[in-house]
Amino acid sequence: MTAQTTALAINGLCKSFDGLRVTANVNLAVAPGERRLIIGPNGAGKTTLFNLITGEITPDSGSIHLFGQDITKTPSRRRPHLGMARTYQIITLFARDTILRNVTLALLGLSELRWNPFIDIERQHHLVEQAHTALARVGLTQIADRPLSQTSYGERRRVEIAMALAQNPKVLLLDEPFAGLSIDERRDVQQLLLAIPRDVTIVMIEHNMDVALEFAESITLLHFGEVIVEGTRAEVVADPRTREVYLGH
Amino acid sequence: MNLWLTLAVNSISLGGLLFLLSAGFSLIFGLMRIPNLLHGSFFMLGAYLGVSALNWHINFWVAALLSALAMILIGGLVERFLLRRLAGQELAQVLLTLGLSFIVADVCLMIWTGDPWQPATPEHLRGAVQVGTLFFPIYRLVILAVAIVIAIALWLMIDWTRLGAMIRAGVDDAPIARVVGIKVSQLFTLIFSLGAGLAAFAGVMGAPYLSVYPGLDFEMLPLALIVVILGGTGSLLGALVGSFLIGFLYNFGQAMFPDLAYVILFLPMLLVLVLRPQGLFGRAMP
Amino acid sequence: MSFLTPQRAAIAAALLLLVTLPIWVGNPYYINVASQILFFAVFALGLNVIVGYGGLVSLGHAGLAAIAGYTAALMLAAGHGHFISDFSAILVTLAASAVFAVLSLRGTGIGFLMITLAIGQIIWGILYRWSSLTNGDNGVNVSGRPAPFGISLASADSFYYATLIVFLAAVATMAVFFRSPFGASLRGTRDQARRMTALGYNVWLIRFLAILISGFWSGVAGLLFIYYNQFISPQVATLTASAEVLLMVISGGTATLLGPIAGAAIVVIMKNVVSAYIVRWNLVLGVIFVLIITFMPEGLVPGSVRLWKLGWRSFRQRRVTVLRNVAEPPQ
Repeated sequence: MTAQTTALAINGLCKSFDGLRVTANVNLAVAPGERRLIIGPNGAGKTTLFNLITGEITPDSGSIHLFGQDITKTPSRRRPHLGMARTYQIITLFARDTILRNVTLALLGLSELRWNPFIDIERQHHLVEQAHTALARVGLTQIADRPLSQTSYGERRRVEIAMALAQNPKVLLLDEPFAGLSIDERRDVQQLLLAIPRDVTIVMIEHNMDVALEFAESITLLHFGEVIVEGTRAEVVADPRTREVYLGH
Repeated sequence: MNLWLTLAVNSISLGGLLFLLSAGFSLIFGLMRIPNLLHGSFFMLGAYLGVSALNWHINFWVAALLSALAMILIGGLVERFLLRRLAGQELAQVLLTLGLSFIVADVCLMIWTGDPWQPATPEHLRGAVQVGTLFFPIYRLVILAVAIVIAIALWLMIDWTRLGAMIRAGVDDAPIARVVGIKVSQLFTLIFSLGAGLAAFAGVMGAPYLSVYPGLDFEMLPLALIVVILGGTGSLLGALVGSFLIGFLYNFGQAMFPDLAYVILFLPMLLVLVLRPQGLFGRAMP
Repeated sequence: MSFLTPQRAAIAAALLLLVTLPIWVGNPYYINVASQILFFAVFALGLNVIVGYGGLVSLGHAGLAAIAGYTAALMLAAGHGHFISDFSAILVTLAASAVFAVLSLRGTGIGFLMITLAIGQIIWGILYRWSSLTNGDNGVNVSGRPAPFGISLASADSFYYATLIVFLAAVATMAVFFRSPFGASLRGTRDQARRMTALGYNVWLIRFLAILISGFWSGVAGLLFIYYNQFISPQVATLTASAEVLLMVISGGTATLLGPIAGAAIVVIMKNVVSAYIVRWNLVLGVIFVLIITFMPEGLVPGSVRLWKLGWRSFRQRRVTVLRNVAEPPQ
């Protein structure tokens, strides 16, 4: 696989905080359209890896390429414009606003309109339509005008995914999208994710093995910031090192 | 030559005073994560109380101690009954201290009027000490000595006692300290009171030298602010170094560029903010 | 939906009252108080752009207003015309706001507050000490007021109308701004700065521009101030002055357009009334500050509405922490 055909290529990524190595020489190559799952026990450095990929943290060494383009030094605010979107482990949405406004903000982030102090945002029909479409994708059209503070946890998770998808990403990073959901909610989100077309590459961090394993095509196992095992789902599940990492023997 | 020496001595004693003022401010900021905008008021109110005590012919040191005790009480009440209500809302707490500072300023104006009060230097501390051909005013040296004694006492408390360990834990990570069983809320009250008391003590010590007048509170507050920004929050060493640095800058600046004295004072602070937001010694600003 | 909604009716009524105010108020003293309320409202509305919409609390904005006032006053004293003096004042204030922004945005939350406090103090210090330039504590006299289109603004009535026009322009601009995409972006940075960055927004630049906007209106208010008083002194740049305008914003409520206006009215009226009977304005200012922050942090307008709707008991139970939302910890 050459650099040009890789959706997300990470080479030799390292990060330490005050001497503690949280990311140790991580190499990752995700093919376009792939469904990659990143697993590992708590503290393995999964979310840190995501933060490095999105640019919220700068790596000590190593590189990150998005469809062949070196984005290692690109500021994190530019990366969504290059096709990268992400959801968070802890929900950080705009509590004072409606669901529709939350999604609208996601759309606005990539639009030149976001600098305009003169026009009325509610009158931008194409923007409003796009927001409704994004909500329809996650099945939340009927509560579009509800304030976020009055929605359930499961609904908020779906709003998050709607916001990420609204930005038409080429690479979608999902940080524990199933966390805290009930069985029914999990099923809804799973359906949602399965319906995402192949022009979006998905990398997911997840703890919940039932749903996650179904979804994943290939798996990367992290432990203490290092890649321990990598391969297809079957390979990783069968690998003795996987059991060692999780069970200690 | 003599002028520079005088300025140097004045700078050192101002530095000592500033340390007494800023040590408390720095601890409060480090532990409670708020710049206590009431700190200048504690200094001024303490000075006024001391001056009144002196007018009743109370011994200078006793007056200073009484004033400090009064301020410890007031500080404790403020923290326990006003600040603690707003626990977790640092911004509201800061604005609360600002509002209180206006109240204190006017109350002082009502009680002590608008005229400046300058108590005489205590009898036994007057005069100068001669070293070679140079004369050093005794009182200024005493201020320095007191500052050093208090600095050592504070350092011993923070680095060597169990209480100090709890304070350091609170400064590092208050929520975790709570989880571990440290009564952080009580520490807050303690440190706030202690800071208030130190400021009051500094106010009385400085009174024969700076005098006490309306507006003193808002003249001293920015100095404490600068010292702590330069030296880092929660750092005693930073407060020490910063205090002397500002003492020198203030005096020499006043002498050499009277028009721009204020700017000269704030310039290093701005530089630090631009280049190194956590100050020379401390942790990142909240 | 009919054209005349309750909201529109209220606005029309308010406009009518404001436009006819000199008629039904009569006494020039009170007309002058009304003018004061209006230009302080402009000041408070400007500050609210960063405090209410941006979540950045500043204790240095009086310094920006003072820069505008002093630039104009000094230029006028040097013999320049009103237009060039005022125009230059605004330009200088915008430049100062840019510097203010670059320095203060090194911090967020309390760090931001402290830097703005320090900058405000520096500005005051320069105005107070650099006597050769600013005449120090003696202040600068401003003789005469501009005469736009030849109309004199010397009387209380005419000055009121000029101020009213500026006030209405400010309100209209703010209303448009609030509903705009940029306004939404700014409020987004207040609520979830980290998320905004992850969505592709340039949070620093948004805040920088917001500070410029607030600086602009502070400058406008500063100009109205010097023409009203025909005088300026370093007093206008003190911490107390910055605290007063901040009090206007938080006492009225940061979330609405009406809030800062109501806050300005409250503070100006109290200051004028109180000064007539009690000399200790600082004491009253401090007490109001403490009471509002402790009991009604979301501001008097929303707080009173809540009180009205829910009754006293519910009001006491609910602990609203809008000030916490105003400045989240740095993300």
